[in-house]
Amino acid sequence: MHRLCIFLLLFGIWIIFSGQFDAFHLALGLISTALVTAISSEFFFADRSREAGARIQEIIRLPWYLAWMLYQILLSNLHILKLALSPGDMPEVQPRLVRIKTGLKTDFAKWFLANSITLTPGTITIDIEGDELLIHSISEVTTTGVEDDAMERKIASIFERGND
Amino acid sequence: MENFFVFAGIAIFALMLPILYRIIIGPTAIDRIVAVNVIGTKTTVLLVIIGMIFERVGMFVDFALTYALLNFIGSLAAARYFDRVNPAKRFTQSEIKEQEL
Amino acid sequence: MILNVICIVLVVLGIVFFVGGAVGIVRFPDFYTRMHAAGKGDTMSVFMVLIGLAVYQLSDFNLANLLIAGKIFFITIFIMWASPTSTHALIKAGLEEGQEVWTRKEKTDTEDTP
Repeated sequence: MHRLCIFLLLFGIWIIFSGQFDAFHLALGLISTALVTAISSEFFFADRSREAGARIQEIIRLPWYLAWMLYQILLSNLHILKLALSPGDMPEVQPRLVRIKTGLKTDFAKWFLANSITLTPGTITIDIEGDELLIHSISEVTTTGVEDDAMERKIASIFERGND
Repeated sequence: MENFFVFAGIAIFALMLPILYRIIIGPTAIDRIVAVNVIGTKTTVLLVIIGMIFERVGMFVDFALTYALLNFIGSLAAARYFDRVNPAKRFTQSEIKEQEL
Repeated sequence: MILNVICIVLVVLGIVFFVGGAVGIVRFPDFYTRMHAAGKGDTMSVFMVLIGLAVYQLSDFNLANLLIAGKIFFITIFIMWASPTSTHALIKAGLEEGQEVWTRKEKTDTEDTP
């Protein structure tokens, strides 16, 4: 089942990239896609513990989060712009390292949280060790912002609803 | 519209120059790697804009895609290589804890 | 025509965000804060410029242009996914190499001492 998903995904990407619809190119695409699927299908979607229905529910819930994330990226770019263009020796820049604990369980959810923290204003995830995240925060405001767990609850409600 | 793309390309090119300063001056090697990575991202955008100017977007978009992939893999490889050059200087966990206090 | 206006607005906004990233890389005091400018100044600006170009590409609508716009959109998604990943890799390499974390000296101390 997951092999079929990977095959269709890769074949769709092939069609978009080649842009040719004659039999020769489609056959080439089929051969190379099948080859790649046979070689590397074990690497993708390593966590296969969930049912297909649960996965589809996750996919349905994801776009709202992504829209919110896009808004956060816009805010973080404005934040960088404001900091970079502030005059003098930039009094708002007060960097420090922070450690936070996360209650998320699966690796994918942790990866998602780490990338989300990197994209929200003023914080970058440096490392994940078990259930602790090492974060570099650029100013006082963002340090307090990263310590409350609103984003973690959002991610938990997408990926780990009813899974505890 | 063509003029606008020319000016946008010139603006993006001009924004590479301050980052070039960071490559030349940059105190440590990792600063230079980061600056090269940023210039690579800008180059990806610039390639698409060049395609718009010459009205050959279909061709230049493939270049841009390849460049983005190579830039990503290149920066990952540089980070990996950099890791292993200086194993003696690794931060231990206690040192990081001390810095937080 | 309206697509041209949308394209111009998006590209100009994207270049403004590029300015933020470039100035930040030059001005910020240490490696980690420069990493902030490098990792974040790129995502939204690339998104805006490339989406603007894709919109302009769609103003002459046919299948080939739709495919090209799809490719441009794919580049955008790829960069927005790859940028945090390479930021992690580079900043972790910097930490393990032993870069100092620049912290501001407390201003209250200097003011209290005569």
